This record gives sequence, structure tokens and C-alpha cells, in this order.
Amino acid sequence: MSTRPFLRIDNIRKRFGPIVASDGVSLEIEEGEIHSLLGENGAGKSVLMSMICGMVRPDEGDIVYKGQPVSFASPRDAIRQRIGMVHQHFMLVPNLTVAENYILGQGSALSVISDMDKVHRKIRALSERYALDVRPDAIVEDLSVGEQQRVEILKVLFHGIDLLILDEPTAVLTPQETDRLLCLMSDLVKDGKTVVFISHKLDEVMRVSNRISVMRDGRVVHTVKVGETNARELARMMVGRDVRMELPRNPEPPGPIVLSVENLACRAENGIPAVRGVSFDVRAGEIVGIAGVSGNGQTELSLALSGLLPVDTGRVVLNGKEITGLDPAAINARSFSHIPEDRHKHGIVLPLSLSENTILQRYDQKPFATGGMLNGRVIAEHTRDLIKRFRVKSRDENQPIAALSGGNQQKLVVARELARNPDFILVNQLTRGIDIGAMEFVMEEMLKQRDSGRAILLISTELEELFAICDRILVMFHGGILGELPPDRTRLDELGLLMAGNKEQPAPAG
Amino acid sequence: MAEINQGVRETVNSQATHAFTHTLSRAAISALTPIAAVLVALAFGAALLSLNGFNGSDVVTVMVFGSFQDMRSVGEILLKATPLILIGAGLCVAFRCSIWNIGAEGQLYVGAIAATLVGTSIDGLSVWVHAPLVMLAGALAGAAWAGIAGYLKVRFQASEIVTTIMLNYIALILTSYLVTGPMRDASAAYPQSARLVREAWTPRLVTDLRLHIGILVALVLAVGLYIFLRRSSRGFALRVVGLNPHAARYAGMNVARNVMIAICISGAMAGLAGAFEVAGVTRRLYQNISPGYGFEGIAVALLAGNNPLAAILSGGLFATLRSGSEVLQITSQVPQVLVLVIQGIVILSVVAFAKLRDVLRIVA
Repeated sequence: MSTRPFLRIDNIRKRFGPIVASDGVSLEIEEGEIHSLLGENGAGKSVLMSMICGMVRPDEGDIVYKGQPVSFASPRDAIRQRIGMVHQHFMLVPNLTVAENYILGQGSALSVISDMDKVHRKIRALSERYALDVRPDAIVEDLSVGEQQRVEILKVLFHGIDLLILDEPTAVLTPQETDRLLCLMSDLVKDGKTVVFISHKLDEVMRVSNRISVMRDGRVVHTVKVGETNARELARMMVGRDVRMELPRNPEPPGPIVLSVENLACRAENGIPAVRGVSFDVRAGEIVGIAGVSGNGQTELSLALSGLLPVDTGRVVLNGKEITGLDPAAINARSFSHIPEDRHKHGIVLPLSLSENTILQRYDQKPFATGGMLNGRVIAEHTRDLIKRFRVKSRDENQPIAALSGGNQQKLVVARELARNPDFILVNQLTRGIDIGAMEFVMEEMLKQRDSGRAILLISTELEELFAICDRILVMFHGGILGELPPDRTRLDELGLLMAGNKEQPAPAG
Repeated sequence: MAEINQGVRETVNSQATHAFTHTLSRAAISALTPIAAVLVALAFGAALLSLNGFNGSDVVTVMVFGSFQDMRSVGEILLKATPLILIGAGLCVAFRCSIWNIGAEGQLYVGAIAATLVGTSIDGLSVWVHAPLVMLAGALAGAAWAGIAGYLKVRFQASEIVTTIMLNYIALILTSYLVTGPMRDASAAYPQSARLVREAWTPRLVTDLRLHIGILVALVLAVGLYIFLRRSSRGFALRVVGLNPHAARYAGMNVARNVMIAICISGAMAGLAGAFEVAGVTRRLYQNISPGYGFEGIAVALLAGNNPLAAILSGGLFATLRSGSEVLQITSQVPQVLVLVIQGIVILSVVAFAKLRDVLRIVA
């Protein structure tokens, strides 16, 4: 170990309004290593790196780079100090050529145009050296996502860097492209560069890193050498939560099958296969959990079930009737409730009032509407009733839902979905971003629903949540279901292995 | 964790305590910003006129109040307010659904063409049948014209900003072609259509004035659209689609259908405005029957904060400024360009204050 770290981050804090993105992060990166930052969505990885590359300014704390304290006002400052970042969302102008993208904002227009040949030569040289296959005269929008990413990486190399930060680079890549990228990272390190690799995919991180730091809730919770850990341990560090809840299991055996999924496959919005032939049943009076590191197809599975994403192959049967490929209105009408993963995108309309948000699906149905006109009084009464029953902290039913805390917003979503008297409830991330009080409340509410005979599918990345309320747990990995386990904490290791895609130990069906 | 919970609790409490004043201040902000926008713009206008050697405050006074001289001039203001209120209220519906229909001008022209066809080609109907038929034709034609842009948007994701502007050109050139070609009144010296038959004319409100019942129709429709947006199921769906199309889809709303409905309503209102211009004012179709009502209607909706009820007031204001500027041209030496510049400042100021209002609402 060298005595002076290449990059030292000391007790960095950053808040965005009420959200604490970095809660006193400390981290050391050594020269010439591949250092992976592992963590769930929202753990604070991207924000931390954005502060290092000058996109975001920290509220508190120090960044010491090559022995000097630094404070970057913009990414350009950071590039001047030879720090470059490739973002999850590419920062390229689609209708310009690769070379034109590289020289944007560099020097005066005249000198740049006269130097264009030199720019092209430099790009070709770098492209050959790292086998990047980037043509300087290609128009960016004609390139595939993988190619565009190589263009982004070469852009950073073109400007000259010592520290390269890659933010979830493999999320958009095919497996072959991923292999290629991991090789490139090793090549860069051989050339004396340092790489920070942000990911939540355990296998990739294990393959390529020297050291791994695990982030959770805006902090670095562990830093380990890759030889001294394994995928199972990392999975536990990533998702570990200290809340322990013991909630009663349903003593009754589950009833008939309510939802049956057969060999379901679908692609993500970018066209990459996300769910690859998944089959399972959910019975009345049971909660089936789906565990997994996020990004393994859970999002697409829930969107496909609820009609928001087209199904490629397979069948979804609800109460004996096929609902595959129906639109969300038709699915909603068949006793199907959905508590969505992304509350702000799908679950609620932020500027609208609590009342308006409670009738999102039933705005044209009795008793909320008659003759095409809304029944303001009935809607208000219904909303007040839900607010009371679910203890939603709010001023009144006319308050915009944006004014509520995340936990109270979620309570209203849960209240709305349960009030629709569903036979089947699809839940994706029941407790994400909500406080402990609200968490316990919504979990108990789910148990009540189970006891009253509803079938519940709970997709979650929070193992504690799954252990607390599920009757059995399926593990999803790379778009498939890898195994099934009973919710038994003593078998956490087995679960961690499955989550990491390791099927060596046979998983007995629970 | 406990600290955070405490913080949350305090926030909730303070929210409850300030609830009432909070609502009040938000309402005040909503109501006062448009007024402030207009006042600031007029002050700027006066300063600009002073720099050009005119008596700024006098000129601005004439611009605002000069047109209120007698019944006739008030009637003229209301005549100008009619298309502005119709178009502005219609655009409120489209804008609430996040559809940026810039094509009201074209929709107005197409409505005027349809009204002219129905008003010149049929004869012998009672005024009770023929006049409403002309209005209906205008509204349907405007809706259909806007519907083209709507279809291109839902089917091919074509930006309605671009397509509605393109359709404006097509409608204007089509009008020119018709009045110089197939629909031209051969006996007239200027390119114009034949006169609408008397039964097709929009009835006048007061015998001696040009003001016609279109103003009443505009007021009723503006109120109607306000109720539609606020209280109807369909209006609710349009607003949800406009605010969060993902949530609309999740909730089972048909986004494409709601987009079509919203854009067709705005087109129908503009088409109706076109029908009133022909059947209520000019009686014939000309190449330039609209002095830009379709574009000014955008500013009307903007100043009204996309509230059709407020569009009545903002439409009235823009009509007043327009009449005032005509008075100015007759009575003073102020060049017309400067008057146009002042109108431009009003619109810019409205946009700036609308942005400010959003910021203040968040802070309040």
C-alpha cells in the first residue's frame, strides 16, 4: 500500500432538499487500481462520483487528489486535472460526427477547424491502441448504444486523463460488449490509469476489480480487496438492513392459484431482453417474494404483468382468464392492483391533490363519477376515509400530493390500490424511500390482505422486507428465476449465492 | 433516524399551522402575477416611447383606455375579444394536456373556409338553421385540421409544434388559392369570395353595432370548458395525461385518445372563431381575414394560466390593447411598429411572470 492515496474523499456530505444523497462518505482510491463502487439504486454512488468530476458541489467535506485539495467548479476543471467521467446518460450531440463532438467547446472555432486532420489522426491512433473501433467521421446517432459508449470513453481519453470514472457502463450493454469493456478497463490500468467502476452487478465487479467499496444509504459501509471476499458476502453488504421484524406467518395453507405466469419473456425499453422465460404461480392467501439484485429483470417483469410493457412470449393468467397483452385499463378492471416501483413516474401525479390521486383509475366509474361528471363530494369523502384508515399525514384531501413525505405518498398509493378490492396485488418495492414507521404500517397492511385471501407478489431488493412477510421467495437473476427458498434467515448465504447468479448448491424447493 | 423523524414531524406541524395563510398566498400569487405582468410591460412600453421622443405615459394611457369612448367602440373591443376568447379558451384545454398547438391561426382559416362554403352554397334555409350550421361547419373543420396534427403526433410521434405551424402555412395558402381561384367572386375587383346568404349571417347583438352573438357563444363556451376541465371525468383524464403520461398509462387511460380529444377541442374553438369572422364580420372570405388572432390566442391562454375562465379576462385585455393601438395610429404620430413592439413586450412579460409564478408557488 502506498502511503499517499491517489484520491482521498473525506467525510463528504451532500443534500438535495430533504434527501441526503451523501451522508459523510469517506473513500480512498489508489493509483493504478480498478476500484468498484457497488450499491443499490439510490445508494449514492453516482452523486459521489459527480462531485469528484465537478458536476455537483459537495456541501461539506474534502477531496484530495494527487496530494492536493481540489474543488472543481465544472467538469472542465476536472478534465484539466485529468479526471474524466463517462455518465450513464451519454453526453454527445447526436447529429455531429465523433470528431466534432470531441472538439466542442475546445479552443477557437478557426484553430479547431484547421486542426481537424490532426484531431482525426489522434482519434484513429487512440482507437487502434485500445481496439475501440471508433471512426472519427461517424455520425453519433448512427451508432449503436455500445458504440456510443466507446465514443464516450475515447472522448475522455482524447482529452487526456489519469482517473476514469465509469457510471453503470454495463447497464446498456449486451454480454459480449460487457466482456469487451471489462478488457478495456484492464488495458487502461496497464497504461497507468486509474479506474472507478460503478455497478450493481456482482459478477462483473468480482471479475475486474482490485478493490470494492460497498455503498448504502449515502455511505461507504465496507471497502474490501477482491481476493478477500466473495459474491455472497458482497450481496449481503449491499442489501443488509438492520431492521428486524418478526411478523406472523399465515397458518392457513394457501388457496387456489390466482395468478399464473408461464414462460414469460419481454424486452426492456431499449430492446435488450430483460425477462427470459419466467414461470411461477401465486395462490390466494400467500405472499410470494421475488428477490434479486436490481437490474435483473424485476422492473420489466412488473411492467409486463401490468400491461405497461409488451410481452414477447408466454402467458399471464389471472383468475383462470388470460390477460397477456391486454392494456392496463383491461387488466386494472380484473381485480388487479399494482403498487409500482417508481412512485413518482407511475404511481402518482405530483401536482394533483390527494383526492385526485385516489381516483386515478376510477375517475370515470360510479360512485366517483356519474354522467361523465366527477362527484366531488363522494371523492372527498372516500379520500378522507382512506387518509384516516391509513394514517396518511396530510393537511386535507385537497393538498397537492407533492407536499407529502415519501412514506405518506406511498401510504396513499397502498390505500388506493387496496381500496379497489383486488384479488391480486403486484407490489414492486413496497418500502423504498419511506421511513420506518410507514414501513411497518404498510407491511402489516400487506399481511392483513394476505390473511383475507388475496394473492400478493412482492418484488423487492430489500431482503429484510422479504424475510419479514413472504411465504416463499423466488430469486431472479439475469431475467430468469434461479431458485426458490423459504423465508428463513439461516439460509441467507444460499440466497446471497443465488442472487449472485451462483447455482452451485442445489436449491431445494421450499 | 430519530432526528429525521422529528424533522418530518415538525415539517408536518408547521405545514398544518400555515395551511390557511399558505392557501391564501398561493391564490394571491395566481391572481396577481398576470396583473403585475401587464403593468410592468406597460411601464416598459412607456419608457420605450419616451426614449423615442413621445410622451410615454400619455400614449400608453390612450392605448389602454383610448378605445373606451362610446358604445360603438366598446362593441368593437368585444368584437375583437370574441375570437381571442374562443381561441384562448380552446388552447387552455390543449395546453393543460401538454399539447403545444401553435396552429390556431390555420385552424381559424380552415373554419372560415368551411363556414364560407356552407354560407354561400346553400340557400333558402331559415336563419335558425343556417346560422348555427355555419358555426358548426367552422368548428368541425377546425377540429379536423387540428386532428391531422393530433394523428401525426399519436401515430408517428411527430411534434405538434412543427406540424401545426406547417398546417398554418397550408391553410393560409389554401385560402389565398380559393379566393383567387375556385371561390372567387368574379364581379369583384379584389380577391374575395361571394357574399354569404343573409340567413347564414351570425345575428347581431345590437342592431346598430357590428357586435354579434359570437361574444355570448364565446363566454358560454369558455365557462363550459372551465367546468369540463375541472369537473368532468374526461377533463380529469386530459389533465393527468398532460401532467404525467406515465401515470396516465398506469391508470389505464388511453393517452392517444385524450391527446386527440384535447387538440380537436382547441381546433374546434379556433375554427368557430373563423366562422364568426366570416359570418359575423366580413360576410365574405378574404385572404387576410385574421390579423393574427390565432397567435395572439396563445398569449391569451398563457396569461390566463391555462384557465378558460381567466381567458375571458385576458382575451378582453388583448382586445383592448389591439383597439387602443388602432386609436393610436389614427390620433398620434406613433409608428405602428412601436405599438407592435409594446404588444410584444406584454407577451414577453407574461411569459416571464408565468415562470416567476411557478417559482413563487413552490416557495409559498
